[in-house]
Amino acid sequence: MNGIHDMGGMHGMGPIEYEKDEPVFHSPWEGRVFAINRALGACRKWNIDEGRHQIERIAPADYLRMSYYEKWLVRNVELLVKHGLATREEVESGKAAAGAEKATPALSAAAVPAMVARRGNYSRANANAPALFEVGQPVRCINMNPAGHTRLPRYARGKSGVIANDHGVFVFPDTNAHGLGEQPQHLYSVRFAARELWGETASPRDSVYIDLWDSYLEHA
Amino acid sequence: MEPHDHDHHHDHQVVPSDPALRTKALESLLVEKGLVDPKALDALVDAYENKIGPRNGAQVVARAWVDPAYKQRLLTDASSAIAELGYTGGQGEHMVVVENSPRVHNMIVCTLCSCYPWPVLGLPPVWYKSAPYRSRAVIDPRGVLREFGLDLPEDVEVRVWDSTSEIRYLVLPERPAGTENLSEEELAALVTRDAMVGVAKVAPARSTSA
Repeated sequence: MNGIHDMGGMHGMGPIEYEKDEPVFHSPWEGRVFAINRALGACRKWNIDEGRHQIERIAPADYLRMSYYEKWLVRNVELLVKHGLATREEVESGKAAAGAEKATPALSAAAVPAMVARRGNYSRANANAPALFEVGQPVRCINMNPAGHTRLPRYARGKSGVIANDHGVFVFPDTNAHGLGEQPQHLYSVRFAARELWGETASPRDSVYIDLWDSYLEHA
Repeated sequence: MEPHDHDHHHDHQVVPSDPALRTKALESLLVEKGLVDPKALDALVDAYENKIGPRNGAQVVARAWVDPAYKQRLLTDASSAIAELGYTGGQGEHMVVVENSPRVHNMIVCTLCSCYPWPVLGLPPVWYKSAPYRSRAVIDPRGVLREFGLDLPEDVEVRVWDSTSEIRYLVLPERPAGTENLSEEELAALVTRDAMVGVAKVAPARSTSA
């Protein structure tokens, strides 16, 4: 979706605010939201792409106003309600409805170290998905403006680049975020000259590398 | 059914008035419903506050500086090379390491959200997740680097890596001059998070005579 989250190339966001010796969490609730997010992820009711899209759906003004973990809090509330794990009334009251079933947590404390170190896998090397492009080939990003989730940033649409590396076959977020399957396909690192993206004022030497799936690309 | 008649919530998202209170209420609800174990939450917070952070990445960089065979493995199959040192886990499943040199400077961004290689760098700092960095890293990388105090000569090529997939990037910074006699541990102590994101260089070692 053409949301506020897709901010590559925007102006007016101000200077970078750097905090020296920044703590991991600025207050305890941030750590709790982070941990709730991970613990609920273990329930496997939604995938990472759906989770990302939930944050993208926060209205632009709210997205810019909220702190990072406020957005995570909203994401988790919305996903809990959407997937029937809690009602909005329960979230607002902080109390389970009378007679609500009690589940067993998907993630126990004892399982945390293994879960934290677990090597997940978004590659689908065994899927039957031939590469549509090869390293060194010139490509162009298609012009598309889907209302749903996509990882093709606006600043790259319609722009031409060169395949720099073939990462192999990976889950396709645009469908995976919407329950439409993984549709595994080749994922490439595509090199775009800075001048192709931003015009003649950009440095002639510089470039941006973007990871892009077969579905985003056409022959240039 | 929309219970709010004047307090319109866009896209039906709940906008928390006080995130600390709402988080407390949410945790209490989730514990009551048996959806989360509060001790698991404690363990997760502890892991990311105390165990998983940029010292891990610094060990990877220092090893690559002293061991050419390791460096080769790191540049060809970063996920396995990093796992050799025991650093695995979420948001580091598919790692790629990009090497800085006198001619090439790499920097990492996620313009769409906050993708960052957790097992080697920990959770990202606020500036990395913020609109100013995400918006400008791709269109004005040299200006961003100057804000970080790094003014690169025109003849250095800047490569920005936008983390749009599950591939996670780590910059292998240049080993500073004058560090030939340092041990791997001493080298690791020089390596900063910012250098591994590519918004800084590793500063030369301070005089050891002090």
